[in-house]
Amino acid sequence: MKTYYDPDDLKKFGKIKDFQPELGEKFFDYYGSVFEEGALTAREKSLIALAVSHAVQCAYCIDAYTEDAMEKGCDEEQMMEAVHVAAAIKSGSTLVHSVQMMNKYKQLSM
Amino acid sequence: MGVLTHKSLSAQKHELSEVDRQLELLKQADLTPFQDKLSETDLFPLKALNVDVFQINVGKMCNQVCNHCHVDAGPDRKEIMTRETMQQCLDAIDKTTCSTVDLTGGAPEMNPDFRWFVEQLSAKGKKIIVRCNLTIIVANKKYNDLPEFFKKHKIEVASSLPYFTSAKTDAQRGDGVFDKSIKALKMLNEVGYGKEGTGLVLDLVYNPSGAFLPPDQLSLQADFKKKLKTRFDIVFNQLYAITNLPISRYLEYLVASENYEGYMNKLVEAYNPVAASNVMCRNTISIGWDGYIFDCDFNQMLDLKVAAKGQHLKDFDIESLVNRTIIVNQHCYGCTAGSGSSCGGTVA
Ligand code: SF4
Ligand code: SF4
Repeated sequence: MKTYYDPDDLKKFGKIKDFQPELGEKFFDYYGSVFEEGALTAREKSLIALAVSHAVQCAYCIDAYTEDAMEKGCDEEQMMEAVHVAAAIKSGSTLVHSVQMMNKYKQLSM
Repeated sequence: MGVLTHKSLSAQKHELSEVDRQLELLKQADLTPFQDKLSETDLFPLKALNVDVFQINVGKMCNQVCNHCHVDAGPDRKEIMTRETMQQCLDAIDKTTCSTVDLTGGAPEMNPDFRWFVEQLSAKGKKIIVRCNLTIIVANKKYNDLPEFFKKHKIEVASSLPYFTSAKTDAQRGDGVFDKSIKALKMLNEVGYGKEGTGLVLDLVYNPSGAFLPPDQLSLQADFKKKLKTRFDIVFNQLYAITNLPISRYLEYLVASENYEGYMNKLVEAYNPVAASNVMCRNTISIGWDGYIFDCDFNQMLDLKVAAKGQHLKDFDIESLVNRTIIVNQHCYGCTAGSGSSCGGTVA
């Protein structure tokens, strides 16, 4: 194993079933159902997935959902806006925790 | 992202302007042969069902040099159909019961005999489709009245528009193409095209600006309708989402951008036997500018002539064409991926 990430490994995702078929099967069934057209369109779900991929910083997911979003008819502007949503929530969640820091600061200060 | 060269592969003397080189490259890819895929569902040999559509390529000359063009068309291409060959087309059409004549190019309107040809076809009462690249309408004063001419002959206009923004459109079709296309669409709308109740059909053709597959046709159509209406007050009838086939300039793009292997794998993985049973070549024949007959416009560009008795209009033999076996190759995977692809959009 020369690298931790290999783009070709993405194609082997299905192989996780080799080590635990039953749970793997259940996961892929669930995964497939989640992304079906529902109350949200398949395109909206793809953009959410793209944003979450960035939030969890998964190289495989970014690769897969960039392509998926393009194949769902999204353009670069929409895709970047989705990533900004993830970034805003991530930075917002960091900053909103500073209220806790401020509370503690005030508690410890004279 | 690609850079538009403004020259056809042929003018650049690019190795991929040669058919043999393209076929060699398609063969090299380490993929299941298309005919084996067809065999899995008893579709090989692939047989024609009828000849309902005559798709006629009246020449490779075009005012644009799009990045993905499977014709390798452009202003530097001089191959165009003569009136004599058009007459042979008309004679051949008379020997069939075809319902539709689909005119393509290049920019078909640049052929000096285009209007004459349309008038003859119109007199035969056939449904006529013109694959209009839109910008030709505003390219020169002499083309400004095309919307009126189309209307007079109740032509169905099918026009490429890869996206409702200029960035994506211009990246594929050339700088300024989006703005000119919008202008032309407005001119078509003005004479009634795309408007309810007029019977004048204006369809748009989407193809991906890159190495990915097209989105779902209906959802994309809804998006296009909404965006074109609100942003530009433009209306149209249907949107066809078509897949780019790995030949000519699109093949060159795939190779140069190192997407060739990935794209071919994607097409093979997305193979859909339902789409395969509905491929357009089963009810179409394609005529080249010089009168040769092919299964489709793609086979025409690869110089894969029909496997029928008469391979040229002068020996036109409808019986043999209706009963022919279609010549397939690895590029055919482009017609069978996902919901399938044809000149009329998805097929499955
Ligand atoms: S894709 Fe159409 S408009 Fe573009 S160069 Fe080819 S023939 Fe011309
Ligand atoms: S490329 Fe032509 S011959 Fe091949 S499946 Fe498509 S329409 Fe038929």
